[in-house]
Amino acid sequence: MKNENLYNYILGIADNNLILGQRLGELCGHGPSLETDIACTNISLDLLGQVRSYYQYASKLKGEETTEDSIAFLRKEREYVNVLLVEQPNTDFAYTIVRQFLFDIYHNLFLEELQKSHDITLTAIAKKSIKEANYHKRFSSDWVRRLGDGTPESNAKIQEAIDNLWTYTDELFHQTEADKAMVKEGIGVDVTLLKSKYYEIVNEVLTEATITVPDTKWFQKGGKNGIHTEHMGYLLNDMQFMQRTYPNMEW
Amino acid sequence: MTTTAQNIDKRLEEILTSVSDPEIPVLSIMDMGVVRSAIIKDDMVHVEITPTYSGCPAMDVIGDDIQKALAEADYKSRVELVLAPAWTTDWITPKGRRALEAYGIAAPLNEEADKNVLLGGKQLVKCTNCGSKNTRMVSQFGSTACKAQFQCNDCQEPFDYFKCLK
Ligand SMILES: [Zn+2]
Repeated sequence: MKNENLYNYILGIADNNLILGQRLGELCGHGPSLETDIACTNISLDLLGQVRSYYQYASKLKGEETTEDSIAFLRKEREYVNVLLVEQPNTDFAYTIVRQFLFDIYHNLFLEELQKSHDITLTAIAKKSIKEANYHKRFSSDWVRRLGDGTPESNAKIQEAIDNLWTYTDELFHQTEADKAMVKEGIGVDVTLLKSKYYEIVNEVLTEATITVPDTKWFQKGGKNGIHTEHMGYLLNDMQFMQRTYPNMEW
Repeated sequence: MTTTAQNIDKRLEEILTSVSDPEIPVLSIMDMGVVRSAIIKDDMVHVEITPTYSGCPAMDVIGDDIQKALAEADYKSRVELVLAPAWTTDWITPKGRRALEAYGIAAPLNEEADKNVLLGGKQLVKCTNCGSKNTRMVSQFGSTACKAQFQCNDCQEPFDYFKCLK
């Protein structure tokens, strides 16, 4: 394939949306309240909509028999390159919201830069997506503040979720080979440059939420290279079930 | 108003206007502003539509409905989804806004007012049932990606508000 780096680069962006969208979709009918249930599934829908644009573009690059569906549903675990953060389970509403918050801050910073890409398709997707991502950020930041600065119990739950998910944040700023190649061509975003701004914004919201920022220096990594946590297999099992059981099925 | 001119062949206008948004049947896709261009070239109609939100499930249906409507008028057609420039609520026509209100969906306010109601809790959204501005937001997200949930404090009517998107 001619554009192998670009293809891999697109998956590196889109897989995050797909897996997080799948996680949020699991809450359909199971949210803690009707409003948050609808909110989480709405965010899921936005992320999956964005994924379709990315995968449609990727499938054109790949050619052959590749389709957006085969990219989404027929890869093996090692072929998914999402960050570990987004595959972490919903656990409870604190974990769901904190995971969303930690991703949304990154997602907005990332899309802001992707809008300047030399690749016009990626620019168009970024311009469309950032409006939605911005709305997600408002929602998740508001909930972190509200629960963090809420009752002793809600505060403790947000603190626990932050303490446990923090270890997955550093990976957001690791560069893959595809990243490096695409940055060189003016197509990709240099994620290493987003790091300090990211922690600045996150820390600001956490401070407002009366949450203690973890000081751990040890971080998990691997997702971007296809090495996932134990949760990923179960997630894929659920997500891929229909396509694996009834190949090429359509709604 | 964001001006990104639509390029619609006059001969196709009426046909396209007859196609409605499957989620808001009273609203024509033309008044929604999702049809960006429609031209006739070599006996084939080329239509470009743009999604309101990325995940809008209505887009596939809209594409099919456009092809059906054009086929009835003996046109062969091709529908393409374009992402740039990104859709904004400014592209909903005045007629479209009236149709939304009549259907029970409060039309989008301008950007600043929108922020004030969604984040600041200001009462600016008019109840679609009784017209009172004594309303409150129930949730930032609604029955579809483009809407938020509201309720009227006077007549108690729950209704959707079409969020401003810039
Ligand atoms: Zn009322």
